[in-house]
Amino acid sequence: MKKFMVGILGGAALSLGATAASAATLDDVKAKGFVQCGVHTGLAGFAAPDDAGDWTGFDVDMCRAVAAAVFGDADAVQYTPTNATERFTALQSGEIDLLARNTTWTLTRDTTLGLTFAGVNYYDGQGFMINQTKLPDINSAMQLSGAAICVQSGTTTELNLADYFAANNMEYNPVVFQGFDETNAAYEAGRCDAYTTDASGLYALRLTLANPDEHVVLPEIISKEPLGPAVRQGDDQWFNIVKWTLYAMIQAEELGITSENLEEMMTSESPEIRRVLGLEDESTIGQGLGLENDWVQAIVREVGNYGEVFDRNIGSGSPLAIARGLNALWTDGGLQYAMPIR
Amino acid sequence: MQEHDLSYVRMEMVNAQNAPEREKGVTRWLRKNLFATPMDGVLTLIGLLIVAYALPNIIRWAFIDAAWVGPDRSVCSTQSQGGIQPDGWSGACWAFVNAKFSQFMYGRYPVFERWRVNLTAVMFVALLVPLLIPRVPFKAINAIVFFGVFPVVAYFLLVGGSFGLSTVQTSLWGGLLVTMVLSFVAISVSLPFGILLALGRRSKLPVIKMICVVFIETIRGVPLISVLFMASVMLPLFMPAGTTFDRFLRAVIGLSIFASAYMAEVVRGGLQAIPKGQYEGASSLGLGYWQSMGLIVLPQALKLVIPGIVNTFIGLFKDTSLVYIVGMFDLLAIVRQNFSDSNWASPQTPKSGLIFAGLVFWAFCFAMSRYSIYMERRLDTGHKN
Repeated sequence: MKKFMVGILGGAALSLGATAASAATLDDVKAKGFVQCGVHTGLAGFAAPDDAGDWTGFDVDMCRAVAAAVFGDADAVQYTPTNATERFTALQSGEIDLLARNTTWTLTRDTTLGLTFAGVNYYDGQGFMINQTKLPDINSAMQLSGAAICVQSGTTTELNLADYFAANNMEYNPVVFQGFDETNAAYEAGRCDAYTTDASGLYALRLTLANPDEHVVLPEIISKEPLGPAVRQGDDQWFNIVKWTLYAMIQAEELGITSENLEEMMTSESPEIRRVLGLEDESTIGQGLGLENDWVQAIVREVGNYGEVFDRNIGSGSPLAIARGLNALWTDGGLQYAMPIR
Repeated sequence: MQEHDLSYVRMEMVNAQNAPEREKGVTRWLRKNLFATPMDGVLTLIGLLIVAYALPNIIRWAFIDAAWVGPDRSVCSTQSQGGIQPDGWSGACWAFVNAKFSQFMYGRYPVFERWRVNLTAVMFVALLVPLLIPRVPFKAINAIVFFGVFPVVAYFLLVGGSFGLSTVQTSLWGGLLVTMVLSFVAISVSLPFGILLALGRRSKLPVIKMICVVFIETIRGVPLISVLFMASVMLPLFMPAGTTFDRFLRAVIGLSIFASAYMAEVVRGGLQAIPKGQYEGASSLGLGYWQSMGLIVLPQALKLVIPGIVNTFIGLFKDTSLVYIVGMFDLLAIVRQNFSDSNWASPQTPKSGLIFAGLVFWAFCFAMSRYSIYMERRLDTGHKN
């Protein structure tokens, strides 16, 4: 879901967008004193308001990490909730400095919309959920021929679904809805046999089901949905800052530096840890980015490492309880791999 | 000749008698309203059965089994859903509304500045209520303060940035605050503009008439949602990089223009219902255009179209929900946004939140509707059959 087709607007925007990209985003950001960050209007675990009305979530923490790297203060962020269609124009027009909105990295978006993806902070993929008590014999998506399938309209999800069924020569009846809530309600009411959306969405769906134990996720993942933060094209310095902020969070997890043991780690003898934290004499790890040398320290202190952010927002420490899966570190069999910070 | 010798004149009063048993009290009411004909009787019974079937469940769900307070989703979900309620439980999740209540009212307006919103609300009520009650004097001053002074004061209070108040960006506004501000501005702009447009459309001056017709027909011909959409998605692309148009301002302008066009047609309906004789009468008294409109035609025309005007107001009040298109969060949008808080996601959360939002909208719309009926009756001068 939430990878709505860009359509005409995006096409019309691309020529204009390229001209709107101003050069030194970092200078602008420093001048105004905060990072203007485009987030989702409300997506469980990724960007949602808490009881006090403050934004929290996995994507929100990406914004906070960038603010921590630039200012040493994760709260120096202002959020712009964007919907699927206006997110790209908001970035192109300079209304936001950074788009961390659960956006799938695709060729078209990377090359024609005047924006650049700075990395992948979450590897997602589209899956199916079925009611096992209603359909006890189904244990693979390949058996869904002829099924009524609930899907959100205007998303890449809908297109992937069509591709998958066409490729496997199967029939299906799409039951299409506009929003997440409506689609959930229809599935819960039994209007369709199966529900398809990104795996992270299926976890969120499970929280709203009356009998979650009756529902199972089928093993097939039918699409690649690499979600990541995006910046305007043509400002390499800002692009580097966002890219390396993400790498720094992953690197911190690799090295075992957490927001809790940071003080301890500051006294570590390990040359790698000292280098990453900018503790070496004549350290220059912030110089190339235009940041202070303790920028990684600031990220970990204010926001935490990648694993902490994952657990707190969408992983075992949250109601969603999403397994790390593809998002585990490369050392644990996942895909999260940070380029060396040196 | 005796004056009072008319033998057929009764000399003492007949004592008042009670109405027949079947023509009074509960019996009469029942007979008249519920069992007047056999068909009515059947319908009444069917209705009662439906109520008897549904009401206990509703009361159980909304009150008896409801979760009123709690820290997170656990109080609103059953054990198999990861909560503390017994399996098979179903009840409203008022704890969600409770926890998010201040957000539903103020959006993300900074907590320490919320007294400014409260103060504005108190002033609003204190000025509006005497304006609505006919007995209270000083209507003219009251109206000038309400429509002239209050908006200015409210602007400086809510937006801030002067008089030692910190600036609160409109992007932080939300909830009922946004709904009320948008409706107030759009309603108080649309009525005068609508009247002017309606008069313009019926004007004999071709240029003015043309401008008004084009304006009204253009605005009415485009859906509100597409105007807001254009303003939010396309407008930034044509502006120099980094220029941001205040989203709230976009929404206010869009809504006001829209409501004015619709209001103009409602008022025009009233103007057309006034017989030609009234115009001629006004002319024969030597009244000029504005005098005859202001003293003779408009008072009658507006009175006729009170239901239409209030209908437009109510529609407008609910249309404010469309501003989610420009990234503003009115009451409904902020309720829906909070469904995405995974700490509160449960099967009961969306129902409870939507019912709450529905009740708030209903309360306002119903109040407007009842007041309009009261006004209609009060202004009724007996021209109706």
